[in-house]
Amino acid sequence: MDVLTWGRSPWDQPILTHVSWDLLWASLFAGVAFLIAHAGYMVLSAHRKRQAAETDALEAARAHLPARIVRHSLAARMFHWVMAAAMFTLLITAFLPIAGIQFAWVTWHWAAGLVLTASILFHIVHATVWLDFWSIWVGPRDIPELKAEVLRELGHDVSGPKPGKYPLGNRLYHLAIVAAGLSVVATGLFMMVRVRTPFFTRNPYLFSDTTWGFTYVLHGMAGVALVGLVIAHVYFAVRPEKWWITKSMILGWITRRQYLEHHDPDRWSVGDARGTSAPL
Amino acid sequence: MAVIRDVMPAFELFQPASIEDAQAVLDRYGSNAWVLAGGLDSFDWLKDRIKRPQALVDLAGIPELKGIRPWQDGIEIGAMTTLTEVVRHPVVRERYAILLEAAEAAASPQIRNQGTIGGNVSQDTRCWYYRAGWSCYRAGGNICYADTPEAINREHAILGADRCVAVSPSDTAPALIALDAQMVVRTAGGGELTIAAEDYFIGPATDITRMTILQSGDLLTAIRLPGTWGGARFYFEKVRDRQVWDFALVSVASAMVMNGSSIERMRLAVNGVAARPLRLEAVEEIVRGKPRNEATAVIAANLAIEGAQPLKFNAYKVPLMRNLVKRAIRGVEAGSWTS
Repeated sequence: MDVLTWGRSPWDQPILTHVSWDLLWASLFAGVAFLIAHAGYMVLSAHRKRQAAETDALEAARAHLPARIVRHSLAARMFHWVMAAAMFTLLITAFLPIAGIQFAWVTWHWAAGLVLTASILFHIVHATVWLDFWSIWVGPRDIPELKAEVLRELGHDVSGPKPGKYPLGNRLYHLAIVAAGLSVVATGLFMMVRVRTPFFTRNPYLFSDTTWGFTYVLHGMAGVALVGLVIAHVYFAVRPEKWWITKSMILGWITRRQYLEHHDPDRWSVGDARGTSAPL
Repeated sequence: MAVIRDVMPAFELFQPASIEDAQAVLDRYGSNAWVLAGGLDSFDWLKDRIKRPQALVDLAGIPELKGIRPWQDGIEIGAMTTLTEVVRHPVVRERYAILLEAAEAAASPQIRNQGTIGGNVSQDTRCWYYRAGWSCYRAGGNICYADTPEAINREHAILGADRCVAVSPSDTAPALIALDAQMVVRTAGGGELTIAAEDYFIGPATDITRMTILQSGDLLTAIRLPGTWGGARFYFEKVRDRQVWDFALVSVASAMVMNGSSIERMRLAVNGVAARPLRLEAVEEIVRGKPRNEATAVIAANLAIEGAQPLKFNAYKVPLMRNLVKRAIRGVEAGSWTS
């Protein structure tokens, strides 16, 4: 299997042109293999949750919390679904032609890319100004939570830290999607200079052949990575034990019990029924 | 870079006697197989070492691909019928004279003796950047060398360019579109597809590496001309740098049915202005029911060039196309050539 494809410049020098589209199939395979492996693991593993009695006690102690806890604001949900639509459009227009389904895809592709770019810019501003910016990121401070989560998955009752607003897997996924998404957007915006759009004066010589080669390769690498990442995301969104999270991305809220069962109230404090509030 | 060695490289030569045998070889070799019709496009690619197939499938020995025969109220032309045979056929001369004119405008008598109508419509573009073997979009790379500030692009596209600005070189294509021809394709899976001529050609927006819908293993077997436009009022004009053995800069083909002095219906196609021969449906619609005169021709011609985006050296194609469309509608007898 090739990883990169090469061409010849007018000066007969080897130049990078693309990633090999074999990687698309590799990413697709990796995504589906992960899906099967995880589904098998979920059938066989213990993955301990917070005990019902413990949740009952927490609920009794925090009766002042509203019955519905706002998890995603309307703006955050709109961003998510616009981004999802743009991402699916991008993947369909990028990879169906490679898979042999031919249609006029270029305009749809860059238009969806612009929508994705705009939605990401909106998200950055929205998350920085109105949300708890650091709640989605991972770092050394999350190592105790990682240990606790691993032990729970292995069937142990662990009193260690529960997640804040976002589960650890969610945060790790966000990190991967940020890396792949920003790579594909940044390279894609430069690639738009090579095609005819109403926005840029076409300039195929903006970069050298080598730099263009790396740009195309990075765009392709990020693109095929997104195939696997999107498969994983959709898989988790439809798993029954994750429906409460998926539902919250539609309705915006989770129940008080779900909040106490899955989250650490000290790491994700929410407004109570009496009117105090904290960042969402 | 292309180095013309003028010597045929090594490959396996297959000379099947049936379409099934040909497709069996194509299936076995996949993208490493090359279909040979008249050879006039193929031999350039092979001798220049730009295309390096392992297997060459010569269709010359398949009888069912040759000849012109009646089909419903029209005719069916086998894909391996030579352009000379098309030009000389009495039914073509009598009812489809526009195809005669287009086929006769192709290349030279020697080439028309060898070149086939299937090859003429399926040949690759003549963009020299692409044919020189550079890694352009059409060759699987990520740049169009013909659409750069320094490019020599006098012969390239003014319409429908999508990354690649190469044009279709086929002379018979616009005539076949004007005649509402049906292209019969035997697919790699063994099925048979019948496709309207205008849909047989695809642009770079759909697949930048191909000029037609033919995919690996597919074969164009025949071209059917329905009787619908037989005996209509035809117009064909090919403008080229020299009057023999040259590709079109712009060509136009039209078939028109009159009702008194009005245009009852019309089919109009141009080539040399886009990556594929273009049927100008908007123009066909706007002239329907209108008198065949200068005023109608001017309206139609201005509509035809809408959206044209000339490159550095091919802005002349805009007035050329406009005037050819005008001539296709009102004829060459009246009116003036405008720049």
